[in-house]
Amino acid sequence: MAKRVAIVGTGQTFHKSHRPDVNGQELINEAVQRALADTNLTMKDIDVVLIGNMDHFEGINYVDCWSVDGSGGVMKPVIKLTTGGTTGASLAIGGYHMVGSGMFEKALIIGWEKNSESDTTGAITTAFDPIWDRQVFAGAISGLAAEAQAYMARYGASDRDGARVSVRDRKHAMNNPHAQLRKEVILEDVLASPMLADPIHLLDVCPRTDGACAVIMVSEDVAGKICSKPDWIWGTAARHSYAYLSDASFGRLTSMEKCAKEIFKKAGIKESRKEIDVIELYQPYSFAGLIWIEDMGIIGHGEAPQYVWDGNTDMGGELPINPSGGVISCNPIGATGLIRCAEAALQVMGKAEARQVPDVNFAVSTGFGGCFWTDMLLHGKNKPN
Amino acid sequence: MEKTKIFEGIEPMIYNSMINVPYSWWAGDTASKFFISLRDDKKIIATRCGKCRKVFIPPRKVCPTCFKENTEWVDVSDEGTLVSYSVARRQLASIPKDKKVPVIWGLIKLDGADTAMLHYLGEVNPGEVVIGMRVKAVFTELRTGGIRDISHFKPVR
Amino acid sequence: MDRAAIIGVGMTKIEANKNRETFADMAWEAVNKALNDAGMSIDDIDNVITTSSDFWDGRTISCMAVGDAAGAADKNTSCVEGDGTYGAFYGYVRTLSGSYKTTLVVGHSKGSQCISSLITNAAFDPIYERVLGLDMITACAMQANAYLNRTGLKPEHMAMVSVKNHRNALKNPMSQLPMNITVEDVLKSEMIADPLRKLDCSPVSDGCCAIVIAHESVASKFRQKPVWIRGLSFCTDSFFFGDRDLSRSNSLVEAAKAAYKMAGIEDPKMEIDVVELYDAFSYQELLWLEEMGMTAYGNAARLLEKGEFDMEGPLPVNPSGGLLAGHPVIAAGLYRIAEVVMQLRGDAGEHQVKKAGTGLAHGVNGLCGQSHCVWILDKER
Repeated sequence: MAKRVAIVGTGQTFHKSHRPDVNGQELINEAVQRALADTNLTMKDIDVVLIGNMDHFEGINYVDCWSVDGSGGVMKPVIKLTTGGTTGASLAIGGYHMVGSGMFEKALIIGWEKNSESDTTGAITTAFDPIWDRQVFAGAISGLAAEAQAYMARYGASDRDGARVSVRDRKHAMNNPHAQLRKEVILEDVLASPMLADPIHLLDVCPRTDGACAVIMVSEDVAGKICSKPDWIWGTAARHSYAYLSDASFGRLTSMEKCAKEIFKKAGIKESRKEIDVIELYQPYSFAGLIWIEDMGIIGHGEAPQYVWDGNTDMGGELPINPSGGVISCNPIGATGLIRCAEAALQVMGKAEARQVPDVNFAVSTGFGGCFWTDMLLHGKNKPN
Repeated sequence: MEKTKIFEGIEPMIYNSMINVPYSWWAGDTASKFFISLRDDKKIIATRCGKCRKVFIPPRKVCPTCFKENTEWVDVSDEGTLVSYSVARRQLASIPKDKKVPVIWGLIKLDGADTAMLHYLGEVNPGEVVIGMRVKAVFTELRTGGIRDISHFKPVR
Repeated sequence: MDRAAIIGVGMTKIEANKNRETFADMAWEAVNKALNDAGMSIDDIDNVITTSSDFWDGRTISCMAVGDAAGAADKNTSCVEGDGTYGAFYGYVRTLSGSYKTTLVVGHSKGSQCISSLITNAAFDPIYERVLGLDMITACAMQANAYLNRTGLKPEHMAMVSVKNHRNALKNPMSQLPMNITVEDVLKSEMIADPLRKLDCSPVSDGCCAIVIAHESVASKFRQKPVWIRGLSFCTDSFFFGDRDLSRSNSLVEAAKAAYKMAGIEDPKMEIDVVELYDAFSYQELLWLEEMGMTAYGNAARLLEKGEFDMEGPLPVNPSGGLLAGHPVIAAGLYRIAEVVMQLRGDAGEHQVKKAGTGLAHGVNGLCGQSHCVWILDKER
């Protein structure tokens, strides 16, 4: 019989643009030690280790093998998942299946990146097919700009609407001691910041961060013994479609739409806007905070800008988004998707401190990567049926 | 794969590229201390676990067994025993340009350390290398703070 | 725990250079073969796990290249970076976690497209080791020396493995290097890194393999009689060579023990009928057989000489020819699983072994066998 799975603890580094005091292994170890301390478990209790990052950002092959001193994986099963930007979320989903199958009782899931050490654009460009796409593609930003342009053309939005999302997330980060960027910005700051790829300004996008995150997922058989309020995983979904840029439909994130439909249907959620209490959205740039919540089904197509301007997604609003400050306040790529999961877990467990949303029953965390891929998890206070 | 008529006579094309993804790796404080000691003092140092007392080379910030931070630093000898070795005869692409085959690597357990380290063996013919032989570190004149501040390990005769 | 079975396998021929095919072309071929073998359409597949390596493929997010060809376009999917046995392990747990009943696992690699020495050099620690310029071959030469030194064996003993596996490959149309060679031929071949000569080393090949894993509730609904997954486990040793004893393999001992325990196997050498293991280098077949408990440490060479591990012997090892006869890195472990499945089904054609009820498939990840994954498969439930 499959087991139900819960998150019982998390750990993160205090993410920074550069961590010259530690190498990659040592960075990983910080997050792992914090997660173990959070649960009062020791490495001996862990049955399987899942780890991931984007290889070309650290230049290390077989990272799962290389990192064992830091991850605690010596003489344990260790496995690496890697799916680009959404790696952290794919790892969370991986932990869920490892434990849910009944093969392992306690899983340690680690996402990390030492982005300061590499040429990010150079590395990301290698994601794209070398024969058809790589020579015309200029890093991640062009694809996102194309998406924003398409959305603006279809629904009459402007760069002010994107900027309002940045302002929100940067404000939320002030409550999060782990976030890298902890300085508020106002609308004018965002619009005045250098234009990277029309309509995306510098302050609309994520920084490069060194950081690691660890999450401990366990079987229902032991969750209650470790944590009084575990975060139950109600469902996972992923859509990684198309391999060539020309296949993408810019302006709508169809992968998000499909994941949300699948997860909400399985959980019996009919009105996500009312039933979801908080979302940690993998939002690599501000406009995603408008487009993708529509694709998630929270709000109708074209209605997100007004929904956001009305304060609904701010702390204290109807459906706070990114209480952690999200990806534009902090982005250690291999960890980022897992941080969304950890932050959602903290919300459900009531451990989110200054960034806590009150009375969380359901939370959603997402991952984004590759060519418009989505990974998604539904977190809940109660055990799923 | 079935070669259909459509592809008959079509020349397979190749696109060449050198993926250029430059890196610089932060060594971290632990490794930095080790390399500074090589560079400035020609001394090999290691970390010791406060709990299990194991001495690690390369030095570790955290003991992999006890999973606790290693706070003690100890000196280890520049002499040790050869645990195993490897001799390249073909000029493989990974071999640095300044090393011409035969290139000999050794896994060396220095006196005082509980783990062995990888490095080159030098001043010895491949046929003379024996597992268990005693070897000693030879430092380079110009040292920059890296593992090649040690030039190689030579046999102790 | 629920049970799962493998109900379809498909593989491309292993070749030195598939210069007319991309990663996606290979995946398309292997996946279609696996689906045909299973008597399924892609719609019968609930989720897809691809296995690839960003380093070996020269692209970050390497799974992007094969997702569509593997039928993942509108399905739940993910990617494991590591040997195919690890990808299949993730596929196995996804089949049992309650979300999906059928899982397609694909693994690919095109060794012809890269300089393998540089790729494997990148597995070394960038701060303490990489600049020394070791790669997989020179590292495994170091392990071979440690093994020979410890056991008192000679290069002739390693060479016997190469002779057997290349000879086995004569009966496997999918292998790259079927050859009739002698121990003298091996000892005369170019010395690459003492004691490893060219014929002691596997090539670095192009190939792709796919398998379909099904939950017990649907495993018998398709074309093939299911091959049951009785036990499986993986384990990773220390990273730095100096932290472990290179002449042994603790992580294989542990992985094998755990797999045997799950499978209820008490005496592997009596209860296992056929083995497909990861012989990237000739000495590895001897060392891995010993560490997985098929014979006492240092004794495998003696048994090999007696013919114990030949195709007609009591315990055939690598009847497919193994990696020495064709080595698409990453996919290699999936080929091992697929080969055992075919043996247990009686579908291995010319390289079919006589008695095949329970089989062992084995994969390796990392340098010098740092991490091992062991699968026990069975004809009977």
